Amino acid sequence: MSSDRSLVQIAFYAALIAALGLVPKIELGLAGGIPITAQSLGVMLAGMMLGPVRGGLAVALFLFLVALGLPFLAGGRGGIGVFYGATAGYLAGYFVGAIVVGAIMKAMRNMNVVFGAIVSGIIGGIVVVHALGVPVLAYKAGMTLDKAIIVGSLPFIPGDLIKVALATLVAHTIARGLPSAMLSRS
Amino acid sequence: MISLYMAGNSWAHRLPARLKLIFLFVLSLLIIPFNTLWFSALLLAFVVALYATLGKQGLDKLKVVRPLLWMMGIIFLVHVFLGDIEQGIIAVLRLLAMVLLANFISITTHMEALMDAVEPLFKPLRVFGISPRRVSLAVALVIRFVPVLLAVYASLQEAYKARTAHANSWRLLAPFALHAIKMTDHVAEALTARGGADGFDDHKRS
Repeated sequence: MSSDRSLVQIAFYAALIAALGLVPKIELGLAGGIPITAQSLGVMLAGMMLGPVRGGLAVALFLFLVALGLPFLAGGRGGIGVFYGATAGYLAGYFVGAIVVGAIMKAMRNMNVVFGAIVSGIIGGIVVVHALGVPVLAYKAGMTLDKAIIVGSLPFIPGDLIKVALATLVAHTIARGLPSAMLSRS
Repeated sequence: MISLYMAGNSWAHRLPARLKLIFLFVLSLLIIPFNTLWFSALLLAFVVALYATLGKQGLDKLKVVRPLLWMMGIIFLVHVFLGDIEQGIIAVLRLLAMVLLANFISITTHMEALMDAVEPLFKPLRVFGISPRRVSLAVALVIRFVPVLLAVYASLQEAYKARTAHANSWRLLAPFALHAIKMTDHVAEALTARGGADGFDDHKRS
C-alpha cells in the first residue's frame, strides 16, 4: 500500500462526507421535519472501508476543512462557529465513531462483511456518536441529560438505522466488486 | 468553492489569525461562570457590534446562523416546557453569541492565513512521518474532490431518471461508491507518477 494511495483515499472519504452533507435530498425517509443528514453515513463508510487509523484521519481532515470555513456541514454550515454550537459533541462523535467503526470492522475482518458492517455501524456510527453528542448538547443548552436524549438522540435513531443499512449495502457491494478498496479487511 | 470568507481590509482582517484564534479560545473559557441573562445579552450585543464595524456587508453575514435557528427553537421550547423560560433565553443567547463570534474569525480570515496559523499544530505529526506539506495537499484534494463527486452522482442520477422516471434512489449509492473509489485509484497513480505526495524533496535529489 503506497502512502500516496492512502493520502488520496483519506482525502476521498473526507470529500465524500462533505458531498453527502451537500446532497440532503437522498431520500432517507422518516425525517419528520427534522433535517436528517446523510453525513454520518459518510462517517460510517470511512471507518468501514479505511479502518481505524485512516478512517479517523479522513474525519479529522473533514472537520479541519469545516473549521477553516468551508460550508461542508449539512445545511451549508461551516466555520469555527460550529465547534462552539450545541451540536459540537456530535462532530467529536463523528471522529471517535469512525475510529471505533474501523476498529470493529478490522477485528471482525474474518467474518461476514454484512455482519461486521451492521455491528460496527450500530456501535461506532450510532452509539458512540450519540454518547459524545448528547452530553455536550445537554451542557450547551442547559438541559438535563434525559431531556437532551429525548431532543437530541431518540428522533434520529430511525434515520441512523437506515444509514447503517445503506452503509452495509455499500460495504457489501464493494467487498464483492472491489475488494482491494476494503482496507479495513486487508 | 464558496466559503464563509468575506473579502475586505477592515481592522479585523488585518489582525493576525493566530491572535484571533487565541482570543476566541480564552473568551470561551472566561464566560463560563457568568450565567446571567444580562451578561448573555451583553455578550451577544458585543458580538453583533463586531459585525456592525464591518459595515452593511458585515451585518449581512449575521444570517449565517439561520440554519441553526430550528435547533435554538427546540432548545428554547424544552426550557419553556420545563418552566424555566429565563434559562432558555440565556442558553439561546450564549449559543448565538459564541457561534457568531467564532464565525467572525472565519469571515475575516482567509483560509490560507488560517492554515498557516494552525500549521505549528501539525509539527508533531512529523514523528509519524507526515509532513505539513501532505496536510496541505490533502486539503487541496478534498476541495477538488467535492465538486467532482457531486458531478459523478449527478450523472448517475440522470441515467437513473432516463430508465425509471424517478430522480433519486438509495439504489444509486453503491454504484456511486464503486465509481468514485475507482476514480481515486487513478488520482493516486497520477500522483505517484508525478513524484508522489512529498514531491521531489531535497533528500530525494541526487
